[in-house]
Amino acid sequence: MGVSGETYTDGVTSVLPTTAGVDEATRSESSLRRFLHGLPGVDQVGAEARAASLATRSIKTTAKSWAIDLAISMIDLTTLEGQDTPGKVRALCAKAKAPDPADPTCPQVAAICVYPDMVPIAKQALGSSGIRVASVATAFPSGRAALDIKLADTADAVAAGADEIDMVIDRGAFLSGRYQAVFDEIVAIKEAAARPEGADKGSAHLKVILETGELVTYDNVRRASWLAMLAGADFIKTSTGKIQPAATLPVTLVMLEAVRDFRDTTGRQVGVKPAGGIRTSKDAIRNLVLVNETAGDDWLDPDWFRIGASSLLNDLLMQRTKISTGRYSGPDYFTLD
Amino acid sequence: MAFEYAPAPESRSIVDLQSSYGLFIDGAFVDTTDGRSFKSVSPATEEVLAEITEAGPGDVDRAVKAARRAHTRVWGPMSGAERAKYLYRIARILQERARELAVLESLDNGKPIKESRDVDVPLVAAYFFYYAGWADKLGYAGFGPNPKSLGVAGQVIPWNFPLLMLAWKIAPALACGNTVVLKPAETTSLTALAFAEICQQADLPPGVVNIVTGAGDTGRALVEHDDVDKVAFTGSTEVGKAIARAVAGTDKKVTLELGGKAANIVFDDAPIDQAIEGIVNGIFFNQGHVCCAGSRLLVQESVADEVLDRLKRRMATLRVGDPLDKNTDVGAINSAEQLAKIRALSEVGEAEGAERWSAPCELPERGFWFPPTIFTGVSQAHRIAREEIFGPVLSVLTFRTPAEAVEKANNTPFGLSAGVWTDKGSRILWMANQLRAGVVWANTFNRFDPTSPFGGYKESGYGREGGRHGLEAYLNA
Amino acid sequence: MPDSSRIDVRKTYKLFIGGAFPRSESGRTYVAEDAKGRFVANAALASRKDARDAVGAARKAFAGWSARTPYNRGQVVYRIAEMLEGRRAQFVDEVSQSEGATARKADSLVAASIDRLVWYAGWADKVAQVVGSSNPVAGPYFDFSLPEPTGVVAVVAPPDSSLLGLVSVVAPAIVTGNTVVVLAAEGRPLPAITLTEVLATSDLPGGVVNVLTGRVAEVTPWLASHMDVNAIDLAGIDDAELARDLEVAAADNLKRVLRPRAETWTRTPDLSRMLWALETKTVWHPIGV
Repeated sequence: MGVSGETYTDGVTSVLPTTAGVDEATRSESSLRRFLHGLPGVDQVGAEARAASLATRSIKTTAKSWAIDLAISMIDLTTLEGQDTPGKVRALCAKAKAPDPADPTCPQVAAICVYPDMVPIAKQALGSSGIRVASVATAFPSGRAALDIKLADTADAVAAGADEIDMVIDRGAFLSGRYQAVFDEIVAIKEAAARPEGADKGSAHLKVILETGELVTYDNVRRASWLAMLAGADFIKTSTGKIQPAATLPVTLVMLEAVRDFRDTTGRQVGVKPAGGIRTSKDAIRNLVLVNETAGDDWLDPDWFRIGASSLLNDLLMQRTKISTGRYSGPDYFTLD
Repeated sequence: MAFEYAPAPESRSIVDLQSSYGLFIDGAFVDTTDGRSFKSVSPATEEVLAEITEAGPGDVDRAVKAARRAHTRVWGPMSGAERAKYLYRIARILQERARELAVLESLDNGKPIKESRDVDVPLVAAYFFYYAGWADKLGYAGFGPNPKSLGVAGQVIPWNFPLLMLAWKIAPALACGNTVVLKPAETTSLTALAFAEICQQADLPPGVVNIVTGAGDTGRALVEHDDVDKVAFTGSTEVGKAIARAVAGTDKKVTLELGGKAANIVFDDAPIDQAIEGIVNGIFFNQGHVCCAGSRLLVQESVADEVLDRLKRRMATLRVGDPLDKNTDVGAINSAEQLAKIRALSEVGEAEGAERWSAPCELPERGFWFPPTIFTGVSQAHRIAREEIFGPVLSVLTFRTPAEAVEKANNTPFGLSAGVWTDKGSRILWMANQLRAGVVWANTFNRFDPTSPFGGYKESGYGREGGRHGLEAYLNA
Repeated sequence: MPDSSRIDVRKTYKLFIGGAFPRSESGRTYVAEDAKGRFVANAALASRKDARDAVGAARKAFAGWSARTPYNRGQVVYRIAEMLEGRRAQFVDEVSQSEGATARKADSLVAASIDRLVWYAGWADKVAQVVGSSNPVAGPYFDFSLPEPTGVVAVVAPPDSSLLGLVSVVAPAIVTGNTVVVLAAEGRPLPAITLTEVLATSDLPGGVVNVLTGRVAEVTPWLASHMDVNAIDLAGIDDAELARDLEVAAADNLKRVLRPRAETWTRTPDLSRMLWALETKTVWHPIGV
């Protein structure tokens, strides 16, 4: 049931951008602006009511077990602290490979997310586990640095073996209406994340962090999502985790609508990563319900939906144990890494 | 991967059903003297829930007499401040027993537990809280310094929001110093009877609230009773007209809240995802058993195809089934009779040439079910665009200009509600001004609040319920 | 030749529909008498088709009149008072003749009629503030309620009070934006017709007030059953059985009905004659960024 991409009669366009509109959008600064401001508005109250309504879904028994394992497999297990050390990162990697050492059926997480200087440590610790290494880059979290420094930051992480780059957009530029600058920067970072032809693997996946807590309105979240996707983002990510609010349900809802509509228009699928503030199994399952009922099945996969988190994993493990043993567990039975 | 939600049924054990129920007259449950009984079934399973009394004219007379006595001796003379305390008590008990009432409502009515739990029952308590506060402030309501109660109110309510409609009727009536005889709809008596028990728990003086169960004849006996001072009815326009005729030439004050055929108008600049939710909420909330349902979608022609694509995609995610499952979005049709009406009108829609599309969903084998359905290619001349279907059936029409949208929206004998979806503020206010409807929801739909007056223009009835305006119906103003 | 021997030029009393003065389409008239039963004039005897035409004219005028600003409607009604004041002596004569009142009594009735128009004129831009509200709902919505005119209002003028009674039932209906079809007092129709001459020169758009003269028993059932009439004021119905029958007929499209009730027209009114022909419209909108 794809949304049609054709224009309607008399030059009246549809609610959503058309394929032609997308091509036109990136032609000039003014057309980009026109395009982003032509996107349908988001009513705050309605969007929040919809997210709240989906949050009342009651996920029980077999569905809950399934969702917990899926959520674990979607985690970007994250440590992004000034106090990070190789030891801390190695411990986290061990946890990523075997979240519940007592239960070999417990899935691995999707990735480890660290600062660029920790990428080599993580690569080594994860070895051939298949777990990816994601590195934040571009003067994370503020993004306030010159472009060449951001590019060097990115290239450094990629050279160290990062599989995924989590970049931040220039929120200052976005909020002052300099969309072309934001767009160009994403394009440049995407190029910096590319590996040369013939490298033993493809380019690093680019996740574009919108820092929605600084964009404030859902209209801005929708525009920034489209802007990032037009510029080539493989994933759009809510937050750095350093700004409140971070990944709220309505923000994730609006971004899921954006990736759904973007695929309808362009045929290209983009992933979504809420990050920051997702701490409990209930939070995680609510996110999965949102995915299920907004973007649909195709996004219910670690390739297309990630959850950036640190403490969430242990809560998922506790719930997992509760289901398998029938009794409530306690934090002492799960590793703190 | 597919995310299949496992069944998540709300427990029925919280509800203690009796095998049979009497009438609540003068503070006690009593047997009928001249009535009969009938079986009340769960619309989701056709399981018999209980035997309900069909009150005869003698029963109604007893109830009116009890209400008159209570009005003359106790409730009328009581200070507003004291009446308020009884109403606050009732509100609190409603909150305490909220889950039980929600389960009972879903069992009896067929509506999803998430609606009875999150919408109906919380609003019921809110209406009692709101009107409790008015009881000792009536002199400030704009109906004179010392407005008087009318006396005995005969109230007849429908089956779509059984307990909520009871609250809309009883809370303002009691706050204004009236006593009531209320007749619930025959298919949904159980929460009214539970409310009777709540009146007992609140030690409400006997006779202030009387509940007589039954069908149309019982309602007629109540409405036509000589000693009823005030008639309040929510239900079909047909019965509303019969009531208006029946009270002609009397001194009875009347308020009628009747049918509708609301237009939900979507402009090309609408916040589209919220508009889709609003369309869905407008017609599939409570299985479309809503007098103010947005049953006519008027969508601007330039975006019609796309809105329809999105609507269908959204409808495919609606979960139809067991009302007690916490994940159910659309429950059972309230009765076999109503299901037959919905089916008949839908067949007319097809026969008239409209195109029918139903959301793909598996319907349970037992019980009364109808899938969420839309008709496209509908014109104003079609019966499905003019008659109230009162089910999960949406007629889709298009328009080109705001003026055409208004013309089509107003082109109906009804005038209860309307919806407008656009990002342009001045257009919202212009549309709200032009629409001949008692409630206009702009960029939202189906919102209710005790402070907000609700009621129709034209054949959707007269009088307002809710807010300060809602007091007028129960005061000698 | 002394002036007193001059032969008067008499007026032909006609209907007032859509701002024009037609005779009854039926070609009929009936005798209007003074209080002592003497012939005064032949008044038009309105038919069902005249009633139909009057409703049509009122409906046509409704959109424009109800869309006027309240300030403007107030000025128009005030203008009616001004015009009436200017022809005060003529109305004193006519009221005196119709009702058999002394000149002094008739003068006070005409004065009261003028003052009543002024009183209602002032309400035009205040009634919404008195009966409208913003409703503090428990959620992120702005919610307000406003009064709106119900539409076309049929009015049966009181039989006893040929001018003050008429003004007292018509002014509150139109000042809020309704349009009116009024059946003048059957036995005392002439002041009503003269009033139409005032209305016609008061900036009141044609069709806002339409005046019929004729038989209550003949005309009112057509007004009560007319499906394009939104409300009916039975003020002038003193036959209880007819009142009931009209209310029954009015139920066919759920007209708002104002039942006959004891009225003292000389007393300062309350708001009820304005409020009964008003609807309350409630508008919701989310509050968000």
